[in-house]
Amino acid sequence: MNESIIEVRGLGFAWKHGPQVLDIPEFGIEPGERVFLRGPSGSGKSTLLGLIAGVLAPQSGTIRVLGEDMAKLSAARRDRLRADHVGVIFQMFNLVPYLSVTGNVLLPLRFSPARRKAAGADAEGEARRLLARLGLDDEALLQRRVSDLSVGQQQRVAAARALIGAPKLIIADEPTSALDADARDRFIALLSEEVTRSGASLLFVSHDRSLAPLFTRAVDLAAINRAGAPA
Amino acid sequence: MTALLSLAWQSLLNRKGSVILTIVAVALSVALFLGVEKARSGAREGFGNTISGTDLIVGAPTGSVNLLLYSVFRMGNATAEVSWPTYRKIAERPDVDWTVPIALGDSHRGYRVMGTTLGYFDHYKFAGGQSLTFAEGRPFNDLFDAVIGSEVALELGYTLDSPLILSHGLGSAELGGGHENRPFRVAGILKPTGTPVDRTVHVSLEAITAIHVGWETGAKNPLADTIPEDMIRSFDLTPKTVTAIFVGLKRKGTILTTRRAINTNKGEPLMAIIPGEALAELWSVTAVAERALLAVSAFVIAVGLVSILTSILTSLNERRREMSILRATGARPHHVFFLLVLEAGLVGFLGALLGIVLVHSLIAVLAPLLQAQYGVSFGQGLPGMVDLAVLGAVTLASLVIGAIPAATAMRRSLADGLSVRL
Repeated sequence: MNESIIEVRGLGFAWKHGPQVLDIPEFGIEPGERVFLRGPSGSGKSTLLGLIAGVLAPQSGTIRVLGEDMAKLSAARRDRLRADHVGVIFQMFNLVPYLSVTGNVLLPLRFSPARRKAAGADAEGEARRLLARLGLDDEALLQRRVSDLSVGQQQRVAAARALIGAPKLIIADEPTSALDADARDRFIALLSEEVTRSGASLLFVSHDRSLAPLFTRAVDLAAINRAGAPA
Repeated sequence: MTALLSLAWQSLLNRKGSVILTIVAVALSVALFLGVEKARSGAREGFGNTISGTDLIVGAPTGSVNLLLYSVFRMGNATAEVSWPTYRKIAERPDVDWTVPIALGDSHRGYRVMGTTLGYFDHYKFAGGQSLTFAEGRPFNDLFDAVIGSEVALELGYTLDSPLILSHGLGSAELGGGHENRPFRVAGILKPTGTPVDRTVHVSLEAITAIHVGWETGAKNPLADTIPEDMIRSFDLTPKTVTAIFVGLKRKGTILTTRRAINTNKGEPLMAIIPGEALAELWSVTAVAERALLAVSAFVIAVGLVSILTSILTSLNERRREMSILRATGARPHHVFFLLVLEAGLVGFLGALLGIVLVHSLIAVLAPLLQAQYGVSFGQGLPGMVDLAVLGAVTLASLVIGAIPAATAMRRSLADGLSVRL
């Protein structure tokens, strides 16, 4: 099975009573690709990510995620698709404050039996392995409240959470914008390594053009989006 | 659902401070409600326990509740009395096993004085058939002997042989108009019963007659105190009237026919009541007030429930981000909904549980005190069906109330999507 992870054709989207935000004739991600999508804030990238993650429904054109036509799926089915196959990393404040570090990593398994199964019987152990590979193997650190972790540590916990249960697509929305240059490069390196190891594809969104060389392919949202967005 | 329950639990733990306050608010409201309910059922039980083993109470015609109140509970006053010959007629009826006449009207420092016969100590039963027992001393023997209830002894500090002066009517001896010239002496002190007996001074019927020698006109004759005690003792002290008569029947089966026979007595009009029936009538009167009291405390519970609503609604804004994270990691809208509903339910459940524990600990600590001091009984100590019902109702109501913030959060999380707001 070698179908595209993401396949966008003639996608159009506008918010209610607002101007056209997205008009993308063609865009796609193939299995194993790590794609850098550059777009400043306000360029419609959050909307695009919302469409890919299935919390928004397209108004025209098609968007296929893992072969599923999102326009034809119910909201519940799109939610299920995201729960089972998509890991999401936000810009910051990724973590649920009242859960432990491993509790946060294990969160997707609460909502997806498929990922629970993929994580294996020892989900806790799998969470710790992921955290360790991302450089978080200090036992004392794992016992801390997540709000006491540094931003870089929080982002790595979020990465482990996105990766657990082997989802096929990882979406990262400006995950490094709150990190300094060193932490940023290290984070991207670790994330890329783990994404490759798990065989997932990565869609990494940032406004920072300098990160482009760290990925297998770089795309400028302004270049694929015909809707007049302020660049 | 268990995954969500543990999530809800950890979320509550994270907001311990405000959650505990809300739980306490619910607990207090539940404790108030249960306290009122237990005092109510305790009062009913207490009243029900006050008289037992007496089949009929006979007095001059009045309301049946009134007759019950003044004869058994020492509340209010008799409007008329029963003459001695009529009393004898009842006592000699073939279907009557025993009779205990009582005479009320005097008092001692706020406590009612009751003239009666020695049969009272044998036949008066309370709390499901318990007999009166003496803590000290014995029944009255001499004309001027008195037997006092436990509270009278405790409050007035009386021991055996303490002297006491009765007052005419309900006035105080200090104000005059008393029976200063006829002092009594404590011959016996009864054990606590949790009934009005504890607050009664018992003397013999003859003693009541004796202290009223010279009072035949209704007021004290100026010469009354000049009659020496020896002379009084030589008088025929058989009372002219009694206030009420407790009647025990030979066979319970005749209770209705005996009552009818007494009620239709030729000559002096009489009224016979069955204590249980009169009590039921009393409850139907007090039921209105009880319901009002319960309604008020139910509203207090509603206030407690609203505090759950408030605490969750105010937390929603700061939790908007958390909901987005949950959605991003695969939570469906109904997960968000049930998470908040479960949180509300947990707070309600814990609050109600704490309230029940609170009220029962208070009862356990205070009940013996209240029983001894005020004769108020709080019923069974163990949690019963009422507690369970309240626990269930409050939890259910919290779940329902939780649907309000839950629906808001769900709607918002759908609108927010993955765009996490700060």
